[in-house]
Amino acid sequence: MGKIVIVDYGMGNVTSVQNALTILNIDSKISKCPIEISHAKAAILPGVGAFHAAMENIVKLGILDALNELVINKKRPFLGICLGLQLIAEDSVESIYTKGFGWIKGNVYKIPAETNLPVPHVGWNNVLESRENIILSGINDASHFYFDHSYYLDCPEQYIVANSNYGNKFVAAVQKDNIFAVQFHPEKSQRSGLRLLRNFSNFVENY
Amino acid sequence: MIKTRIIAVVLVKDGIAVQSIGFKKYLPIGSPLIAIKFLDSWGVDEIVVLHMDGNNPTTAEVNAYAKNCNVPLSIGGGINDIDKVKAIIHSGADKVIINSALITKPHIVTETATMFGSQSIIASIDAYLSDDGKYSAKYNSGYKYSNYTALDLAQHAQELGAGEILLNSINNDGSKNGYDLALLKLALDKLDIPVIICGGVGHPKHMFEAINLGVSGVAAANFFHFSEHSVITVKKYLTNQIENKIRLDSYANYEGFNFFPNGRINKLVDNELESLRFHYIPEEKI
Repeated sequence: MGKIVIVDYGMGNVTSVQNALTILNIDSKISKCPIEISHAKAAILPGVGAFHAAMENIVKLGILDALNELVINKKRPFLGICLGLQLIAEDSVESIYTKGFGWIKGNVYKIPAETNLPVPHVGWNNVLESRENIILSGINDASHFYFDHSYYLDCPEQYIVANSNYGNKFVAAVQKDNIFAVQFHPEKSQRSGLRLLRNFSNFVENY
Repeated sequence: MIKTRIIAVVLVKDGIAVQSIGFKKYLPIGSPLIAIKFLDSWGVDEIVVLHMDGNNPTTAEVNAYAKNCNVPLSIGGGINDIDKVKAIIHSGADKVIINSALITKPHIVTETATMFGSQSIIASIDAYLSDDGKYSAKYNSGYKYSNYTALDLAQHAQELGAGEILLNSINNDGSKNGYDLALLKLALDKLDIPVIICGGVGHPKHMFEAINLGVSGVAAANFFHFSEHSVITVKKYLTNQIENKIRLDSYANYEGFNFFPNGRINKLVDNELESLRFHYIPEEKI
């Protein structure tokens, strides 16, 4: 079987993710080729920027079909990061209404202005586990991860494995079977982030 | 709860990391790569690398910085067109810092925000306090006056789509007398996006003063080069002063240590040091 593929759709710091995996001695390949993606051992989908622009690129490049094949049909492990968490939802109410992958029920909204806190939510914040989960194994509630986003995902409780707090409580990590996704950036969260990536890699190896 | 970021700024002049005093005098430190590596290993929250004299950082340089950096990396240095932004972000940077281009080519902010999102741009404002008590925005390494006040330029950058503001005090730069808190208060009142303050740190208590005002990040350039473990000792000092505002999760955390009045860690008594001689600390392998 192939390697862990870091999906490159032109929006996301794929290099940072690969750098982090390299530090952990985990093999990975950055790719935008649908065939490589649909035959990967697992996929990581990073992302920063606008939801609708991302979906446009992902659909246009044939990547949505490839990811559906890999993750929904073949049920290979998947890790979405930041925008990658939001994309797997049903839709986003960003400036232009856009449909997401629809892998989990849920919608993406802007962090409300009523919180009176500066937006984007940027910096290190605690991630509180709401149910025991393999992706956060060995990472306790005192751990911090780096966040940098203006939108958040609202989804059913059953998928939520961790929350964070910025004015209001919001979803920090989800899991649905082989699908994992996090709002924060593990590739930029020093040791906590490396531990999480190691957990994902272990999951992939033992899958 | 979100923590205030402790941010290290690495100033690079002709490939060498330097200290800056008043934006006019520069003293050499050494290799920027070594600086980044150490700051990262000391648990810094974010790293900013600024190339001076409008010298664009090359893709090779950014690549090298990024490889050694496990925290968000922001790059600045004469960035004034979208191709430079693309090259820098594709080389491994998370954010770009736009300074002089705010005056000369402001559309770059909107272009970058559209392509990479607002969170990828930090607008850097160099504020100069003149004798009449007004804060002007200068640019070109502080040599030229713009037509903006510092606060107006920051607001303009926010409207153009910048995700954060890096507010530098030219007067306080290298002074070791603390941040310009008056300037910071004005910025926090006026802006809706996160603010990072920089310029003048000489003692950890200076950072404490800014954190108390609710700033998103406290930055320093020269200060972190003065001592070993500088980031860790500063974080320890700050966690002693204020609860739940600082991330301190490096293995070395100076628990139980005291501070000198100058803000540096006091050494342990001799018999404690003797007992540490045979203390084995295994390295954590993730």
